Amino acid sequence: MQDSYLEKTIRGLSKALSESLFSEQVARKSGLLQSLDPRVRLGGVLLLVVAVVACRRVEIVGASFVLATLLALRSRVCLTILIKHVWLVVLIFTGIIALPAVFITPGKSFIIMRPVPLSISASGLYSAAMLILRVETAATLTATLIFCTPWTHILKALRFLRMPAEIITILTMTHRYIFLLIETAKQMFESRQSRTVGVMPESERRKVVARTAGVLLSKSMELSNEVYLAMLSRGFRGEVRLLSDFRMAGRDYAALSAFIVTASMVVWIGR
Amino acid sequence: MSDHVADAFRLENVSFDYEGIPAICSLSLQIAQGERVALLGPNGSGKSTLLRILDGLYFPTSGSIQFHNSELSKDNLNNQQFCFDFRRRVALVFQNPDVQLFNPSVFDEVAYGPLQLQWTKEEVIRRVEETLAFMSLSHLRDRPPYRLSGGEKKRVALASVLVMDPEVLLLDEPTATLDPKSQSQVVDLIQQWKGSSKTVVTATHQLEIVEDIADRVLVLEAGTITAAGTSSEILSDTELLLRANLAHAHRHSHGGEVHSHPHLHGHTHSHDHTHEE
Repeated sequence: MQDSYLEKTIRGLSKALSESLFSEQVARKSGLLQSLDPRVRLGGVLLLVVAVVACRRVEIVGASFVLATLLALRSRVCLTILIKHVWLVVLIFTGIIALPAVFITPGKSFIIMRPVPLSISASGLYSAAMLILRVETAATLTATLIFCTPWTHILKALRFLRMPAEIITILTMTHRYIFLLIETAKQMFESRQSRTVGVMPESERRKVVARTAGVLLSKSMELSNEVYLAMLSRGFRGEVRLLSDFRMAGRDYAALSAFIVTASMVVWIGR
Repeated sequence: MSDHVADAFRLENVSFDYEGIPAICSLSLQIAQGERVALLGPNGSGKSTLLRILDGLYFPTSGSIQFHNSELSKDNLNNQQFCFDFRRRVALVFQNPDVQLFNPSVFDEVAYGPLQLQWTKEEVIRRVEETLAFMSLSHLRDRPPYRLSGGEKKRVALASVLVMDPEVLLLDEPTATLDPKSQSQVVDLIQQWKGSSKTVVTATHQLEIVEDIADRVLVLEAGTITAAGTSSEILSDTELLLRANLAHAHRHSHGGEVHSHPHLHGHTHSHDHTHEE
């Protein structure tokens, strides 16, 4: 029997919760990135991403991709996860964007398709490969950072990089309450499922979604008001203050230097 | 009590409404420093609203409220010095811990209050570590609050206000939804403050904990105080408890004979049987 619409929704919400647990588990493992100060991890990854974007030679971007993959593996990120959650997703979405470039970029025709008047140019293929490789590398680097660093540490590290405290608070709250709302939505669907007999018609399904969205919206508004009161109660006066207890060790300085040197080399050689 | 000890709070004819719907009606009340007060009342009787008024989160639509002889008004709370002093001395634990736990980790959660009050970094870290150890939460320090159980969340919520060592603790249903062990931990904590200078105001409808957590009990119904007295006076007034929806008729049988008695969930349970004819 095919899964009902409600079962699929519940399974999707549960999956979202369990996937967040996965990244917390990876972050607790002892790996290369995990051993570094979160500010070095964030700064280093950002530098590499910028360098890859600035690089103009496909072989250097390819080498960076290999480097990013090695970094992920040394940080105990499973290859299957990388393939399923990063590379395939990026390939599909970037592939759609890059596909027209294969045909419309002017240059010497590489493959001519008959009878359709379409030709693939070498420069078109190069542009598409360059775009896909760049995005794959950047996505591998950022996914590795996110898998290996607790969200709390990323936020604190962002604050160190002078991101406004207000944005940090918004990100913190969003991350915090999205789980509460997912959990609430899951319970609402479960409750609905427990009272549903037989197959629900399509129109009724749409109504369920609309009602759930409406209730969730009002709940989230009520919650945000309560949270604001709880913040006021503990002395919040419009300014966000965070505690940073990070400490840089010799290893962190060495890693930061390695990130800077690698990023500079990628930009220099790939100019 | 209030003859010898200074009043922490003094409310005179305080009324409050939610967009025209009255929640507190012309309520006058004094709470002495060091007093342990329980607010009893059914759902919607105004307990949570009163706690929020005492915490300076809601302001009366009429009447006045004073904290240690200073007007608790929006204007005064806009003054940074008054606000910091009041927020350090008065703390509220919300009924729903999810509302109160908005930080990314337990450590950050407990550190939030002291950081807002601009304590030094060293002082914040020291106090947070001490409080986590006192509440047996040190092992959860890096966990995100949404990954905690209900009892753990409640303990973190308590820790997040205890870290500031407040003079006045306002507790909204502190033991609701807790398992028996977590419940007794919270009750033990409140009992520890008996005889200290801490003022504790607890809103609850769990009669079985009242004697342990309060010296004075106020019964709220529809936003007004309908009865006040010591814990034993109020808990022994079965008629009042039944009228205020704090007890209900409970029927069960002993040896084939059906009994009906007010169900108080407390020590008086087995002594208050009234046999049904």
